[in-house]
Amino acid sequence: MNVDVLNRSGMQPAAASKVGIADCDVHPRPTGAGIGGVSKSLYPYLSKRWQEHVEAYGVLYRQPWEKGSAYVKGQPQACRRDAWPPGGMPGSDLAFMQAQHLDPNNVVLGILNPLTSGQGAQNPELSAAITHATNEWQVAEWTSRDTRLRASVVVPYEDAVASVKEIELRAGDPNFAQVLLLSRTAEPLGQRRYWPIYEAAAAAGLPVGVHAFGYGGWPITGSGWASYYLEEMVGHAQAQQALLISMIFEGVFERLPSLKVVMIEAGLAWGASLAWRMDRQWAKLRAETPHLKLKPSEYLRRNVWFTTQPIEEPEPREHLAEAIEWLGWDRVLFATDYPHWDYDDPAQALPIQMTEAQRRAVFLENARAVYRVG
Amino acid sequence: MPVTGPIDCDVHPTVPNLAALHPYLDDLWRETVVRRGLDELNTISYPSRSPLTVRADWRDDAGKAATSAATLAEQALAPFGTSHAILNCLYGAQSLFSEDLGAAFARAINDWIAREWLDRDPRLRASIIVPMQNVELAVDEVNRVAPDHRFVQVMLLAGAELPLGKRQWWPLYAAAERHGLPVGIHAGSTYRHPVTPVGWPSYYTEDYVNQAPAIQTQLTSMVAEGVFARHPNLTVVLMESGVTWLPAYLWRLTKFWKGLRSEIPWVADPPASIVRDRVRLTLQPFDGPPDAAAVMSVMEHIGSDDILLFSTDYPHWQFDGLDAIPAGLDPGLARKIMAENPLRTYPRLQQTAHTMSPAQTGEETAA
Repeated sequence: MNVDVLNRSGMQPAAASKVGIADCDVHPRPTGAGIGGVSKSLYPYLSKRWQEHVEAYGVLYRQPWEKGSAYVKGQPQACRRDAWPPGGMPGSDLAFMQAQHLDPNNVVLGILNPLTSGQGAQNPELSAAITHATNEWQVAEWTSRDTRLRASVVVPYEDAVASVKEIELRAGDPNFAQVLLLSRTAEPLGQRRYWPIYEAAAAAGLPVGVHAFGYGGWPITGSGWASYYLEEMVGHAQAQQALLISMIFEGVFERLPSLKVVMIEAGLAWGASLAWRMDRQWAKLRAETPHLKLKPSEYLRRNVWFTTQPIEEPEPREHLAEAIEWLGWDRVLFATDYPHWDYDDPAQALPIQMTEAQRRAVFLENARAVYRVG
Repeated sequence: MPVTGPIDCDVHPTVPNLAALHPYLDDLWRETVVRRGLDELNTISYPSRSPLTVRADWRDDAGKAATSAATLAEQALAPFGTSHAILNCLYGAQSLFSEDLGAAFARAINDWIAREWLDRDPRLRASIIVPMQNVELAVDEVNRVAPDHRFVQVMLLAGAELPLGKRQWWPLYAAAERHGLPVGIHAGSTYRHPVTPVGWPSYYTEDYVNQAPAIQTQLTSMVAEGVFARHPNLTVVLMESGVTWLPAYLWRLTKFWKGLRSEIPWVADPPASIVRDRVRLTLQPFDGPPDAAAVMSVMEHIGSDDILLFSTDYPHWQFDGLDAIPAGLDPGLARKIMAENPLRTYPRLQQTAHTMSPAQTGEETAA
């Protein structure tokens, strides 16, 4: 087997990076332990009624475990070993994150994607309460303290009415850059029950980010529950293909031409093949979806963006540049996934030939345009 | 019989109606079917009237195609100069909830294929249909049918009750390996679970497009569970589920194998090399770029001339006229895909016609 050995001699150490970058996937989490899966640092934003609820019943998801995620992670909290601040959880300490990541990597725009926000909780009212508290917390503890950071409006997406209420509350607030969903939903995301969320997001001028993971209750395969965490991780690419297929064929982008959707943490090299497949089948079966006025690939290339991490690593590496070329350089948003274990270092994650314009687009300008941040 | 023309690795004989299988059902099951009013077993994977299920110019007056060996020969063999074609029957025996009824229909379909198709045209070969409801019964069926060497493969559907890598399935792979039969995983599902990891879709188009991601998760399962290490002589063929997704899929799988291989220490080789050695994909429906000039770039990403197998997917509508080979494919590669790769994939295709039937092969049938 031929193996590409990456020549790092010509690369800048990350700390010396002169060009500012956008990191479109940064994970903050509330500090400190809690009872029932909700940190006490969220309590200032959570009513007494829900504090008592989580202390008695916890937060239950469509998965077996009272605490933790369905599959055993590769390492604790799926985080970098060096990302644990003294006495706290990874991503819980702004000063530590600044010193370890934001400053040395010259991050000028960081999109916060909280993942322990009650999204997908079985109890819809509880999901609404925790997501609301998480949004309050993001502003109070993060975006108001570091102007490089922008929050995501986390919404209880299985309840569109409650989600719309939360989006309308945040509309026009410059602390928020997008509405955030998780990918593993109860039904495919193109279905009608979710449309009010997209209408509200489009009305507020906010992109909708869809991050890997979630609690829809369906196995990661079309054939039952897989055995391994590895299968779940690889499978996020198939889950995101499925939800994109749904959004496109249901006509979400036909109805809302200005809606922006950002696919987060599920790869991007599969985008071109999916576009080709959709177009070829749509050409034969289009009478079934007469509401579509464009080819599926045209919606994909108009309305959908992809974050880079975990970036695919072909051998030879140049194949990745071709895969991006087929998808479009304007579709690609750099992301590190800090502080998770499969973090992509901005100095090393894209070892492919890029023009200066392509490099600037991927590392900064595309994100500025999508998120409308100057 | 020397192989001179293309080998079509995915064609679909149509069961004209359930009554056609009556003669091949045991008395108990025939009576069950009649008395209880069992309807046709056409699944939602291929709705009978969908434009994809039967190409318009291949439809007969009843809207069907491929209802006899003669029709298939006229429409799918002669025009392409095909030497051999492998019949993959998609009648929904696997989706019945009764294991016994599933096994009865698998037996009936295989016997119907042998009598009504293989006996009538020496160019035809077939996949063994197995009751996916129960692995023990599936192994029994493979052992029963395998002595007839005109059956060249065991067929599974992409959607089962359990991921296809899990060890419950391994006795079936051991049986296939023992008989020199590749295991073909075909698009379609038993619908024990939704096709997608995010629930049931609204449109047929979605179901069909999702067959590619669905089959990808099955390949992940088979690699991760160690099926290929456990069964060193097993070949897996992915059928009717696209081909251009393979490179990006392998880049991602290999990356996570590097990061998480401590979870699956039995997978010692990089997944990409496992797949290139042991997995094959049928050509149609080809999902390449619209720009023919880019097709060979995608083939470079696939990185192997050995991996693709010619298929028309007849009578499904995947191309018009005789354009089964996608524009832009290098002629040398096309030639390999047409005959050389299928011959290497299916050892039984290299046997001559007169050694095909059980009587000549000397194998004892389990029936």
